[in-house]
Amino acid sequence: MSKVEAHIDLSAYLGGDRGPYTSWDPVNRPMIRHWCEAMGDDNPIYRDDAAAREAGFDGIVAPPTMLQAWTMRGIREQRPPGSDARDPFEVLTALENMGYKAVVAVNCEQEYLRYPGEGDRLYYRSTIESISEQKRTALGVGFFVTELSTYFNQRDEAVATMRFRVFKFAPHERPGAAPSGEGGPSRPAAVTRMRPVRNRDTAFFWEGVDAGELRIQRCQGCQTLRHPPAPACPECQSLDWDHIRASGRGVLYSFVTMHYPEIPPFDYPNLIALVELEEGTRLVSNLVGVSRRDVRIGMPVQLEFSEVEPGFRLHRFRVLGGD
Amino acid sequence: MSGATGDKLLRDRAAIVGIGATEFSKHSGRTEIQLGVEAILQALADAGVDPADVDGMATYTMDNNPEIELHRLIGGRSLRFFSRAHYGGGAACAPVMHAAMAVATGVADVVVVYRAMNERSGFRFGQGGLLTEDPNAFETVDFGWYFPQGLMTPAAWIAMFAQRYLHETDATDEDFGRVAVGGRDFAATNPRAWFHRQPITLEEHRDSRWIAEPLRLLDCCQESDGAVALVVTSAERARDLKQPPALVRGASQGAADQQRMMTSFYRRSLTGLPEMGVVADNLYRMSGLAPADIQAAILYDHFTPFVLPQLEEFGFCERGAACEFLREGHHMRGGKLPVNPHGGQLGEAYIHGLNGVAEAVRQVRGEAVNQVAGLEHVLVTAGTGVPTSGLILGAA
Repeated sequence: MSKVEAHIDLSAYLGGDRGPYTSWDPVNRPMIRHWCEAMGDDNPIYRDDAAAREAGFDGIVAPPTMLQAWTMRGIREQRPPGSDARDPFEVLTALENMGYKAVVAVNCEQEYLRYPGEGDRLYYRSTIESISEQKRTALGVGFFVTELSTYFNQRDEAVATMRFRVFKFAPHERPGAAPSGEGGPSRPAAVTRMRPVRNRDTAFFWEGVDAGELRIQRCQGCQTLRHPPAPACPECQSLDWDHIRASGRGVLYSFVTMHYPEIPPFDYPNLIALVELEEGTRLVSNLVGVSRRDVRIGMPVQLEFSEVEPGFRLHRFRVLGGD
Repeated sequence: MSGATGDKLLRDRAAIVGIGATEFSKHSGRTEIQLGVEAILQALADAGVDPADVDGMATYTMDNNPEIELHRLIGGRSLRFFSRAHYGGGAACAPVMHAAMAVATGVADVVVVYRAMNERSGFRFGQGGLLTEDPNAFETVDFGWYFPQGLMTPAAWIAMFAQRYLHETDATDEDFGRVAVGGRDFAATNPRAWFHRQPITLEEHRDSRWIAEPLRLLDCCQESDGAVALVVTSAERARDLKQPPALVRGASQGAADQQRMMTSFYRRSLTGLPEMGVVADNLYRMSGLAPADIQAAILYDHFTPFVLPQLEEFGFCERGAACEFLREGHHMRGGKLPVNPHGGQLGEAYIHGLNGVAEAVRQVRGEAVNQVAGLEHVLVTAGTGVPTSGLILGAA
């Protein structure tokens, strides 16, 4: 590990108000189109003026998630004219000089206040919202630094905020780590979702998912439905069972909005539902078609299937009456 | 109930006579085996028992340290009894019950209970991973109902219950905060606690970041490195030892009502803890005590929401009314039932609940740092959301 001091006062780097940091281009149709195409977003309010007007806008708007794209410096890392010459993240340079050589982006939270419209010129102002105590993580010893950027349009109306957190650290020494030798650095395998185990008790369920149906195990002794599957009926102990096909209708019995830790390959926040099917059994699934702020227990939900990874289909539920 | 003779065989027949622990940290810098040796030798010294007399060992299935290795290293001679309890932190009180049964029946004379772990610097339970690689193991198959959707951590599993609890009762997420504030207030005056001198406010709880909604960071206990050990022997032998004994008035394990490990989502109701109801009934019957006889409670607090139904299952308040109990501050310092006066796992350390049993012993001895005045009986519970266990301890 690099030599680092144990107690460092970084309070001088806290706060501040830097900016403006301006955009190279106004919010424009070609960049929006490229973005939507890359992201697979077919929402017409991003490309069709009539649809946008119907939705209450003056003309097309940009996807809120494009936020950072407008103010990026580009590949030559040059700031657009009119930008503050100071580095908004100068605390990182300072830490670098103290021996914390490595950096990793931890997370980014964006809050959208209004849609940027075509022709808007966006800029942002930056402050360092927090610097942690020195922390020891699996990566090394260092500091979590959070930058709060507030984005405005040319009328100085706030458009969005973004909290960007990085970990600036001195890496642990890895005695076992060999320098990357012949063949170059090896590419880690892509992280995928756990594939559920298909054994004699559970295969019928996953074969149903493959075939686009949700199956519920039924006791042939007493007709009781059960989930998760098991080889015996807890009601009558019969070992004989078959299954029925669920209608796909249900209600949301409970739910979790998962934020941390951000385990690959899931997107966060991740909405996970406990659905009570109209047949009476419950199962855990993912929830779509609803903003996390609008999720309510008791909402009617409808089954659908999605290929979450190539060759891997999963059931999920859509909130009825959502988008 | 038929066969309910445990009260005759076990009540007041065994005692915890020694406690020991390492420091609680985020990075112990030594192996779990070493932590175990240190805690056990300290507990034996506290009890005034010769390590050579230890003839029984009991711990959790999740503990990585073999009974035989620790017994060998502390200078043990031979073992007549060794046992483990399953289901994670649900084991916290169970090894004490097993030890009490062993010494009450003469199967063993001196049983050491231990839990030693580098849970923070080593394998962390909250990062979302399988406990076994065996694809045919029951738990691997069972996780197949949750992992593909990303429901992979203890906080997330408990959040599913907590959301429903908020829906069906008058409780709010601020009531979860009241549990955290109470624990951290006690920890603030406990020099052994990781969060010594660091109390929190309800506002700080509300402003802490989401982990698994409706759980925030300050609803989750810490992750710790450390070890705790206890020495259990018969009430008879306890009379001649150094410390005043903490008698086992009642002990029980519990599982019930479509029980699953962390994911009992298929019960008719998700707002109670039926497995803790089993423990409560057994403890009260075995001890002959009632809720009004308990002056302090060590309630398992890996996550704040499950403290509420524990108060209900043990009859400290009506079902669904734990929020009122918390709003009136009964769980706080000076309240009618101080909860986790050591600071709990939220404030002191997460040693899988065994540090809570050690605190219960200190409360019975009258030597706790946040001593509850006039204490006669203290309740201790183990992990919630899993098959669990519990104890009532009292003075001789």
